[in-house]
Amino acid sequence: MTPAEIRDEILDILSEITPDEDLSGLDDDKSFREQLELDSMDFLDIVMELRKRHRVQIAEDEYGNLASMASTVTYLEPKMRDIVSA
Amino acid sequence: MSFEDRTSQLPDDQRVVITGIGLTSPNGHNLEMFRDSLLAGQSGVRKYNIRYVGDTLAGVCEFESTKYQSRRDMRRGTRAGTVGIWAASEAIQRSGIDWPNVDKSKVGIYIGVTEHGNVETENEIHSIKAYDYDTTYWSHHHNPRTVANNPAGEIALNMGITGPHYTIGAACAAGNAGIIQGVQMLRLHECDLAISGGVSESIHTFGIFASFKSQGALASHEDPSKASRPFDQTRNGIVVSEGACLYVLERLSDAKARSANIIAEVVSYAINTDATDFVLPNPERQAQCVNLALSRGCLTADHIDIVSTHATGTSSGDSQECIALRNVFQGCENIRFNNTKSFIGHAMGAAGALELAGNLPSFQDRVCHATINVDNLDPECALPGLVINQPQELPKVDYILNNSFGMLGINSVVIVRRF
Repeated sequence: MTPAEIRDEILDILSEITPDEDLSGLDDDKSFREQLELDSMDFLDIVMELRKRHRVQIAEDEYGNLASMASTVTYLEPKMRDIVSA
Repeated sequence: MSFEDRTSQLPDDQRVVITGIGLTSPNGHNLEMFRDSLLAGQSGVRKYNIRYVGDTLAGVCEFESTKYQSRRDMRRGTRAGTVGIWAASEAIQRSGIDWPNVDKSKVGIYIGVTEHGNVETENEIHSIKAYDYDTTYWSHHHNPRTVANNPAGEIALNMGITGPHYTIGAACAAGNAGIIQGVQMLRLHECDLAISGGVSESIHTFGIFASFKSQGALASHEDPSKASRPFDQTRNGIVVSEGACLYVLERLSDAKARSANIIAEVVSYAINTDATDFVLPNPERQAQCVNLALSRGCLTADHIDIVSTHATGTSSGDSQECIALRNVFQGCENIRFNNTKSFIGHAMGAAGALELAGNLPSFQDRVCHATINVDNLDPECALPGLVINQPQELPKVDYILNNSFGMLGINSVVIVRRF
C-alpha cells in the first residue's frame, strides 16, 4: 500500500468508529483526539481494525504513533508497504 | 370517585403514580400507535432470519434510533441500550417534567431483562471464527457491552443520570420486576423519580431461537401475523420479539406538586417463586402470586376489571395460567382477560411492561383490547371473560392486573388503578 492508500484505509476505519463526524476537513497534522474527540476505546478500535483487516500488529508501547493522520501513516508505511490494496 | 384499596389510605409520599410512558413495540413506537394497533388487530410479527437458525419469525421494532443517541454510541453499545435509551427519553419527554432542572442524582433507573450479554458473546465468537478463534481478535468492547448493568448503565450515560441504576434479571417476569423495584425505591426515598420497566434485545441472539426450537416451543406459521396464538388449539410456541417499555414513576406528592398528568397509580404488586421446575409453570404458585398482590392491596378478585395475561402460546404454559386464573377469579362475572403477545410475540424482558402499557388507555376509553388469532379456542383455555379477536367496551375500568411469569419459576403481578 502507498501512503495515500494507507491514509484512505485509516479514513475508512475512522468513518466506522465515528459515523457522526464529517472527515472531509481532517487536518493530517492535528491530533485525532483534538479533532474527533477520540477516547482510548476508539484508539483500540483502530488497532483492532488494522489487525483484522491486514494482520498488522501494533505493540501497546507504540500506540502513541497513532496520534494524528500524518504520524499514523508514517508509522504504518513500513508495516503495510507490502500489502496489496484491495 | 373513591376507592377502598389500601394504597388510597397511604400518605401521598408512599403512593406511586405513572406520569410518563415511552416504548417501542413491534407494532408501534409510542403508546398511541401501539394502542391503535392493539385495537385494530394489527400484528407486529414478521419473517426474520438469524445466523445458524435461518428463516424464522420475530417481532422487530422500528423507531428513529438517532433521535436520542449518536450513531457512534449506538455502535459502541448494545441493542438493549438503544431501545432502552429510546423508551427512557420518550417517557421523560412525555412526562412533561422540566428535565434540564431535575436533580439527576435523585433519578433511579430500574430495567428488567430476561437475559443480557448473549448477543455480544455470540457476535464475538462468530467474529473470531474467521481468525481461527485467536482471542487477540476479541473486541475490547465486549465487557462493557455484556456486564449485567449495561442496559440501565447506557441509559444513565446517555441522559446524564447519576442516581442508582440497576438491571434486574427476572426472566420473562422482568418488565413487572422493573416496575416493582421502582415503586419500592420511591417509597424508600432512594430516588425522587424512577425510570422503570423492561427491555429486550433477544431477537439478536440466535441462541434463544435455537433453544426454544430444541424445546419444541418456537412458533411457526406460514402467515407471520398468525404465528403468536395464545389460547388457540393450534398454538405451537413462542414468537421472540425485541422491544422496550419504560415508565416515569413518581411519588404522588411530587406529581401533584408539579401538576403532572397522572396516567395511573400502582396500587399493589407481588413476586414469588415456584421452586418446582426449571421451565414448567406452577399454577398453584401463580395463583398465590395473584392472591398476594390482591391481598396486599386490600383488594378482592371482584375489584379487577381487566387481567392482562402472560400466556406465550405454548401448549402447557397457556393452560396452566388458565388454571391459576380460574382459581382466583371464578365467579367474577364482569372480569375480562386479554393477551398482548398474540399481537407482538414475546418481548421477553420488555413483555410485562409493554403489556401493561397497551392496556392503560382502557382507563379512559373503557375498551378492553382483544386476544387475536384465536380461531379455535382451546377448551382448557376457555376462560369466561376472555376477549377474543375483537375489542370489547366495558361499563367501567378501574383496576388492571398484569401477569408476567418466567423461567426458573419466577412469577410477578402488578395491579394499577385509574387515577
